[in-house]
Amino acid sequence: MKSRLFASAALLGMLAAPAWAQQSIKIGFISTFSGPQASIGQDMRRSVELAVEHLGGKMAGKPVEVIFEDDQFKPEVGKQKSEKLVQQDKVSFVGGYIWSNVLLASLKTVTEDGDTILISSNAGPHQIAGELCHPNFFSTSWQNDQTPSAMGQYVQNKGVKRIYLASANYAAGKDMLSGFKRTFKGEIVGEDLTKWPDQLDFSAEMSKMRSVKPDGVFVFFPGAHGVQFLSQYAQTGLKATIPLYTAFVIDALSLPQLKDLALGVPGAQSWVNDLPNEQNKRYVADFRKKHGTYPSFYGAQSYDTIMLIASAVEGLKGDVSNKDKLRAELMKANFKSVRGDFKFNANHFPIQNFYIQETVKDSDGNFTLKTVGVAMKDAKDAYYEKCKMK
Amino acid sequence: MTLLIEQTLNGVQLGLLMFLLAAGLTLVFGIMDLVNLAHGSLYMFGAYFCATFTGWTDSFVLGALLALPASLLLGVFVEILVVRRLYRRDHLDHVLATFGLLLIANDLVRLVWGPDGRRIPLPAWLNQPIFLTPDLPYPTYRFAVILVGAAVALFLYWLVARTRTGMWIRAGASNRTMIGALGVNIEALFTLVFGIGAVLAGLAGLMAAPIVTVSIGMGDNILILAFVIIVIGGIGSIKGAFIAAMIVGMIDTLGRAMLPDLLKSFLSVAAANTAAPALSSMMIYLLMAGVLVWRPTGLFGARG
Amino acid sequence: MPAVTSLGLLRPIMTWRVAVAIVVLALLGLLPWYAPWLETAGIINQRFALTVMTRVLILAIAACSLNLILGYGGMVSFGHAVYIGLGGYTVGILAHHGLGSGFVQFPLAILLSALFALAIGALSLRTRGVYFIMITLAFAQLLYFVGVGLEPYGADDGLTINRRSDFAGLIPDRGPDKFVAFYVLSFAVLVLVLGLVHRLVNSRFGMVLRGARSNDLRMQALGFPTFRYRLAAFVIAGAICGLAGALLANHTEFISPAMMHWTRSGDLIVMVVLGGMGSVLGPVYGALAFLLLEEFLPGLLRLVLGWLHDGTAAVIGRGPAGALDDWLRLAEYWQIALGAILIAVVLHARGGIDSLLGRAGRG
Repeated sequence: MKSRLFASAALLGMLAAPAWAQQSIKIGFISTFSGPQASIGQDMRRSVELAVEHLGGKMAGKPVEVIFEDDQFKPEVGKQKSEKLVQQDKVSFVGGYIWSNVLLASLKTVTEDGDTILISSNAGPHQIAGELCHPNFFSTSWQNDQTPSAMGQYVQNKGVKRIYLASANYAAGKDMLSGFKRTFKGEIVGEDLTKWPDQLDFSAEMSKMRSVKPDGVFVFFPGAHGVQFLSQYAQTGLKATIPLYTAFVIDALSLPQLKDLALGVPGAQSWVNDLPNEQNKRYVADFRKKHGTYPSFYGAQSYDTIMLIASAVEGLKGDVSNKDKLRAELMKANFKSVRGDFKFNANHFPIQNFYIQETVKDSDGNFTLKTVGVAMKDAKDAYYEKCKMK
Repeated sequence: MTLLIEQTLNGVQLGLLMFLLAAGLTLVFGIMDLVNLAHGSLYMFGAYFCATFTGWTDSFVLGALLALPASLLLGVFVEILVVRRLYRRDHLDHVLATFGLLLIANDLVRLVWGPDGRRIPLPAWLNQPIFLTPDLPYPTYRFAVILVGAAVALFLYWLVARTRTGMWIRAGASNRTMIGALGVNIEALFTLVFGIGAVLAGLAGLMAAPIVTVSIGMGDNILILAFVIIVIGGIGSIKGAFIAAMIVGMIDTLGRAMLPDLLKSFLSVAAANTAAPALSSMMIYLLMAGVLVWRPTGLFGARG
Repeated sequence: MPAVTSLGLLRPIMTWRVAVAIVVLALLGLLPWYAPWLETAGIINQRFALTVMTRVLILAIAACSLNLILGYGGMVSFGHAVYIGLGGYTVGILAHHGLGSGFVQFPLAILLSALFALAIGALSLRTRGVYFIMITLAFAQLLYFVGVGLEPYGADDGLTINRRSDFAGLIPDRGPDKFVAFYVLSFAVLVLVLGLVHRLVNSRFGMVLRGARSNDLRMQALGFPTFRYRLAAFVIAGAICGLAGALLANHTEFISPAMMHWTRSGDLIVMVVLGGMGSVLGPVYGALAFLLLEEFLPGLLRLVLGWLHDGTAAVIGRGPAGALDDWLRLAEYWQIALGAILIAVVLHARGGIDSLLGRAGRG
């Protein structure tokens, strides 16, 4: 039975890889395509496909083949899929990774055992920015602490004195709070870490928030959790009385659900759909034409991942066999990012701006996000000095 | 003081929400002795039905009313197709088959509704707080949850203890052949009970939906919670499930409300910040383990 | 194959079932030797084949340990993955502190798992049926949340293991050989565990265990302290599963609380029931079927969908280019097929895969 399955897998391999496969540029892409987080994966895949379309399906004249794999939101599965991409499909690049724990589990498989380039399109755990940094690892997103740091800076500048923090209780959630505290210097009057990913009800936390009467509340609740928190925040009547500041709560994926609930709630992000550069205009317009919705930052970062790869492949005229040259070429970041200027720090994380965004209605009556200010300019993450890589 | 009242109210409300989740499971598991892992999936379908119907009718109440018969139909369909063949099997066969149903349900929802979640908007009169005292606003919708939860508890009590159907159900659970010999159509009876279970699951899903939002896999997380509650209460006891749900709701809420401060009084702030969320996640499992060590068949259970 | 004779599988006459068992074990055991051939034939990359199959072997060991208490003792532990976690964390934490010797790590992993199983078993075995299922779950959840809170060891982000356990250099830590060597090690452990389970269940101990499953009171009346027998089985199962956890940590070179999430415990139960309870090799079939379906079902479905498309295209002509992609993408909903397979096995193959091999009912 085993060998029969293997034989079928091989037939599949032949089906998916026609004769020209030898000369194509192969890219693996790991994301979550099943379960409650599948909408993130879908947005990322759409953006990757759009990037390939914009490249005419070719990099340096060679056809591009992207192989998507589902990590099922589980570190072990993500690791095994990474192994498959590197060993079985022999891809030259692995992109994607929404979750820090999936990325951390897969890191060694791809970068060290496989000597393959890994480009994170979202996850940015502090370990990889610091002591675990690796020459084969690049990020087109951010380090986890940075976005909340930007929000902390904004709240600080606004003169808010007393703040209440709440976050989902997992490693990235704790990174978020430490990031916020790095820039916010006022008083923290309360702090809650909630069950992840299955807290049903936030009423106990909200009652505490009301009773200590802070000047503001800062929260980090990604995906469906954010919609849940914000709905309850409104139902309790808190939204009208205590200003809410967020990281990764309001994005293009949650807005169609949140709608007017998101009005008046600022968030921070390194990319917003209205950034005024040509590449971004083209990306957002074509994405909307194709799918009828705005792309999210997950998608934008994935689009950048493909464009970064394309720039390196073009720079090397399609020959990606020499890893030293490939790394050097990637390091140049010689591509047009949807974020505008883009360059890499020594630890292969971007040096970039962070913006404050707010929710508005566009001309067609859809809810979308708008840049209202720059919270941090050319920001570097707080861990790059711990990275021993030259 | 206001805070304590408010947190107690939060606890009661969460307890009743949990009772809603567990009610259908108690009925099906406690009375028909069927371990139904797909209970959470029926809960999810209830929420998705409600989201769709609310979208069509622009009214949460109408959407909810339409979602209930839809849940019933789905339950009856699943019972006839699969579940019916499982009654005479042992619990492990139930587990494997209904785990299969759970896998199908999650992907089916993704196929039909897409991967994006849904938020069910509440009508304005449900979506704002009412003021219990001038400085104690409380969400109106939470009162709706309390009302529906209490109504379901009374309905179940009445159904099982006071009606002829309830008598048949109880008789059928203890002796299938005998009740069949008495001329009761046992197949139809069990289909009906499973259908009621599905309606209760759907009701829980649609009541929870405006609070927790609708998403794929939303049922998988509450499934364990529902099992915890009926096991603490004692299998087959609706009273037990009700009391267990209240205890769990209370402990969970008060734990989240007070543990951090409590721990800070004898731990360092950093240690308390780490320990409090971990401990509050463990609370209900500590409670369950404690209850079962003390009373191996739950608080009100008679059989295992 | 001396391993097979020691299992006593050749004792009965050659039946279909025994033949299949021998073929499966031989196919598994010889994989490193024919894997290069599979690669040259363009079927599957040999290293990937070894990686996938190593994981199958390790989880088969865990499933075998669960089978000892579930299949033979009727104890449905819904927290069995916790011992995978305990074994894995022992290896990971010791490695993190620079203690890399496998001769220290593995015995400690087994010992720690056994101790926890002793404590959990002593408290849980007072309950029966679903209460037992749920109390074992409760203890597993408690330890899971401890893992989530273990910040020095990465909390829920987990911990990367930089060096695999060192067995005095016998198992290479670097280079392509490490995959072959580790596969052989895992297979050897599996065969040993199968032998141990076989010996146990056919001994007096196993008879008491099975007797207690069907009628505990009668066994007690016969003078057997069944609680102690059941507890001993529970501890042995925990210890074996801890060993599987130590292997898994080495295999993934990574530990995280996800190793002991309740869904993993559920997967183990599914493997045992799917393979056939109360048969020594059942869990191996179950692990093979479940994990390989998980890995290759999406690809298989794509293949089937492709054939269907080509078939219809031959009749009605090809649609637009994008339509094929959308059609093939239906393979992403492979869990529907997996669910249907599980239901079909329950409804039509009572006693799991093992019973399909010509065995009536459960032993």
